Amino acid sequence: MGGRLQRLLWPILGLPAIVWIVLFFLVPLYVVFCVSFGEVDPIFRTPIPVWNPLEWRFDQVVVVWDRLVGPDNFYLPPVLRTLYYVVIAVVACLVISFPVAYFAARYAGRYRALVLALLVAPFWISYMMRMLAWINLLQPDGLVNAVITMGGVVPLDVNWLSGNPYTVVLGLIYGYVPYMILPLFAALDRINPSLLEAARDLGAGSFDLFRRVVLPMSMPGVIAGTLLVALPMMGDYFTTDMLSKSPSTSMIGNLINLSIATPGQSGQAGALLILLLLVLLLPMIWYTRSTAKAEVRS
Amino acid sequence: MTVSAAPAEAILEESRPGGRRSRLRGSSDARAYGLATITMIYLLWSLVPVAIVVLFSFNAGRSRSTWQGFSTRWYTWDPDGSVLNDESIRVTLMHTIVLGILATIITVPLGVLLALALDRWRGRIPAGANFTVLITFVIPEIALAIGLLFMVTYLATPFGLGTTAQVIGLVTFQLAYPVVICRARLLTIGTQYEEAARDLGATALGAIRRVILPMLFPAILVSAIIVFAGVLDDFVIVRYLSSDASTETTSMRIYQTARAAPTPALNAMATIILVVSTVVIILGWLLYRRLNRGERGGDIGAIAGQI
Repeated sequence: MGGRLQRLLWPILGLPAIVWIVLFFLVPLYVVFCVSFGEVDPIFRTPIPVWNPLEWRFDQVVVVWDRLVGPDNFYLPPVLRTLYYVVIAVVACLVISFPVAYFAARYAGRYRALVLALLVAPFWISYMMRMLAWINLLQPDGLVNAVITMGGVVPLDVNWLSGNPYTVVLGLIYGYVPYMILPLFAALDRINPSLLEAARDLGAGSFDLFRRVVLPMSMPGVIAGTLLVALPMMGDYFTTDMLSKSPSTSMIGNLINLSIATPGQSGQAGALLILLLLVLLLPMIWYTRSTAKAEVRS
Repeated sequence: MTVSAAPAEAILEESRPGGRRSRLRGSSDARAYGLATITMIYLLWSLVPVAIVVLFSFNAGRSRSTWQGFSTRWYTWDPDGSVLNDESIRVTLMHTIVLGILATIITVPLGVLLALALDRWRGRIPAGANFTVLITFVIPEIALAIGLLFMVTYLATPFGLGTTAQVIGLVTFQLAYPVVICRARLLTIGTQYEEAARDLGATALGAIRRVILPMLFPAILVSAIIVFAGVLDDFVIVRYLSSDASTETTSMRIYQTARAAPTPALNAMATIILVVSTVVIILGWLLYRRLNRGERGGDIGAIAGQI
């Protein structure tokens, strides 16, 4: 009897969380499908979810698809813009993160704990507060304009905060770069210094050392960081809402958010979300796989 | 900042015996200083804007960009605009902290138990659970939020929008942290301690309770801090699942008023939440250091690797 109890112990410990995930993650996702693939009340225009997958209809998907690639494709620009912003921001995050993470991992010495604490600091400063900081700096009478115009001497009127794509991309980089630095740091920190010494002893110059030892060994961190930064950015609507508030910089997240806010468009919001998740499915699975592998290795 | 002195230290450390290295010393020196400079510029860029927000919460005037003297007006004495006197700001602050506490209290035990289960239990169900938890970690937050919003709207759930829905969403979104962090720690603990306890007569549950859980405690503490800070920071889930002004959080309030000429009271509110999470993190860190005395190095690095 003790043996059976023991075999059941692990499932029993895991059960509460598994029930939670099913009830509050998988069921809600299923409801999104039922609403998006459901019917619409002919009078009130409210969605009527269809619970049986066999009776699902794809009207909403067709509507969304038409707006993406049809003649009146007003969904397409935000989608392309999102990809464009995300690619630029991810590359910028990599360029910023690599030297910083490399310094923290290899050269910080006595100040390592301090540097790490400061690198982690953005995690406990609320994202909205960090965006608020840039609104303060970039507003018409803010510090940035004061510096550029040298206190009003140079006549220059830059409107940073409405429809300026540079500001939005800056906000994305500023908001997400800490999520790139940490996994990169972890990967660089794991490189055994004796490997670098061995490479040097075998005659590798600085560049070769970087290209043939450091870079390949940091790849898990680069991949993890890229995914951790890119995936949430794809659903981001609040950065551009805060820093631009203009349709000319709206992203996929804004399309979804606006559809949710518009009565009768829940179905479209769900369909957009499903399309987004379909596109992101492979990278998400890739991430879980690489994490699982890292767990086995360590 | 003091960071600039670091490269010298690093180079001292680098110039251990090993003659051939000295040839490279010059370039390595330059590289260390270059990297230190970049890091310093990054840290300034990353933290100074926030420091300015904090600074202007003490502005004597209404401006958030022109300094008009030091004052605690926006915290205490402004008759209707200050944090102390504007009831809606107080409600918002309290609600944010309540959500942080509730979500942490539920998330951490759920996650720790799942981590223990996943560590030993083999088969399809645990593999699927692990996969799903990792997906909740990387799925765009808007998917979770809209899923729960639709569930509450279209299914006859026993709870409506508001605090309960917000807590449920936050727990689901944060669950991955305790699971991943505790699993990593369990892997390094290994099985030998538990086996020793069993050999000495402990039951399986007794071994977990008296041997594994105490060893796991630092990881549990770290995940609790991360979850709490993550909840205070949350925006998408709490916004979609809030019912009215009484379930507004500080993030939502910043989002709604930042572009509408707010007073420095908004900065003051943001600063207070920053202070709350900083205090929690410092307390947690001190406790963590006490627990981990004798086990030096790699702490933050080990945590960083899990994020």
